[in-house]
Amino acid sequence: MNTKTSKSRALVYGVLTILAVGMVIPFVWMLLASFKTSNEVFSIPMKLMPEIWHGENYQEIWKKIPLLTFFVNTTKLTLITTVIQVLTSCFAAYGFAKVKFKGRDILFVIYVTTIAVPWQVYMVPQFALMSKMQLTNSHLGLILMQAFSAFGVFLMRQFMMGIPGELLEAARIDGLNEYGIFARIALPLVKPGIATLIIFTFVNIWNDFMGPMIYINSTELKTIQLGIRMFISQYGADYALIMAASVCSLIPVLIIFMLCQRWFIEGIAAGGVKG
Amino acid sequence: MTSRQKRELKTNLVGYSFIIPNFIGYFIFIFVPVCFSFILSVMKWDGSDAPMQFVGLQNFMKLAGDSTFIISLKNTVWYAVFTVPLTLAASLLTAVMLNSKIKGIVVYRTAFFFPYVASLVAVGAVWNMLFQPEFGPINEILKALGVANPPKWCASTDWAMWVIIIVSVWKYMGYYMVVYLAALQGISHDLYEAAEIDGATGLKKLRYITIPMLTPTTFFVVIMLTIQCFKVFDLIYVMTGGGPGRATNVLVNHIYNAAFVDFKFGYASASALVLFAIVLVITLIQLWGEKKFTDFV
Repeated sequence: MNTKTSKSRALVYGVLTILAVGMVIPFVWMLLASFKTSNEVFSIPMKLMPEIWHGENYQEIWKKIPLLTFFVNTTKLTLITTVIQVLTSCFAAYGFAKVKFKGRDILFVIYVTTIAVPWQVYMVPQFALMSKMQLTNSHLGLILMQAFSAFGVFLMRQFMMGIPGELLEAARIDGLNEYGIFARIALPLVKPGIATLIIFTFVNIWNDFMGPMIYINSTELKTIQLGIRMFISQYGADYALIMAASVCSLIPVLIIFMLCQRWFIEGIAAGGVKG
Repeated sequence: MTSRQKRELKTNLVGYSFIIPNFIGYFIFIFVPVCFSFILSVMKWDGSDAPMQFVGLQNFMKLAGDSTFIISLKNTVWYAVFTVPLTLAASLLTAVMLNSKIKGIVVYRTAFFFPYVASLVAVGAVWNMLFQPEFGPINEILKALGVANPPKWCASTDWAMWVIIIVSVWKYMGYYMVVYLAALQGISHDLYEAAEIDGATGLKKLRYITIPMLTPTTFFVVIMLTIQCFKVFDLIYVMTGGGPGRATNVLVNHIYNAAFVDFKFGYASASALVLFAIVLVITLIQLWGEKKFTDFV
């Protein structure tokens, strides 16, 4: 019995390790290729390791395309969108969860219903409206388009619903007004929710490709994702440099992910189990 | 005004003041466009300053006769039919293995989950190189294993969709694995202990306890995956651009091309409504299922 369990455990470890290595290989290959010369990337016979480590690839890419501008743009868009998204979502979520006002329920149903409508369904009319308002090819347009998702409100409301009503009632009796209760009692209690929302918004905006692709034309306004696409179309054969730029674009997300993995997992688990 | 009415008015105003910052943005940039898409679908419009023209159901009639649209619909269904079960199986199996009191779970979980947060542009670029038909490492390995004519992958109409499916499973399985892991933690140990007393071994426990207990989660995962498959675009745009030919042209490609390449905004909205109808049906199935499964757990 014991040998049997230890055998099956070894099997589980073996299978998991093979699968995990398989998952990571593209990233390892990307990293190694980024230190090769472009000819070496596809050399035959295949070589995994670079002959000489060409660290200068990572200097070259900043000169070939305005990568720094793309980084600055993306950082700016990501930060502003995340801040607006989190602030307005928390505010609205508190209203929906803890203040009884006229028309609240019907309004919330409308919010929830639009979550079910994929962005791809209304991206065309949205673009048409934005261009009427002269907001296309501008960062402001991209920010406004992404900062007010109904999903953020929905997520934060789930967390706000968990705050016991007695706690808020006690604060009211102590003379705190609704805004004070929101800021001093509700917000600290939904910190895990805020962390989840910040991380998901950050990663979504940082990685977003279709939004900027539709909205942005000018090179000086482009994001890192568009920048790498531009790089690929201009220097398609500079495989090593493409990989170096890709590695650079992944690093911020990797850092966030490593630091906040817990919130990712908990956020998905909460959303997933509740459905 | 009585004091009660006054108080009510005050609560209402306080409530609205909380909602309003989000609501203004939401209303202008999401709600109005959603409604506008219905109007646009019965119009002819090139997106310019020229006025729209009401054309009734003509856009929808044209869709039915548009071979590119029909192909994109078929491709999307084909993509979903393979991506959904493969992702489901991969995420369920890894979750079950990870749940068996494994050491170093964080390391494994990170490896499986990281593709999900990695950007599609970077990921698409590296997979394109891995699948490069002439000198790419995947075909080099296949040749070394004795495959004389390995597939041309993204350059072949027969194989391009398979590349997209493989990369999709790789990218998204980690997310659903986490969903399954959370659900697995909710299964009571008593069930397994009872089964052990009855003499059930590992695979039997999986078959008769774990999988049945996960049914509501599996249902949820199937729904989410199916919706996600019908929305696929970025990955295809980055890796194949819908080609070669029309081999990986999917529904959202059709919407995108109609609007931003051909400037037929009305026609694009009509095909977007087809996407909406499909997602709506899936969502209704979800609502029905959720009701059914609430008694289950």
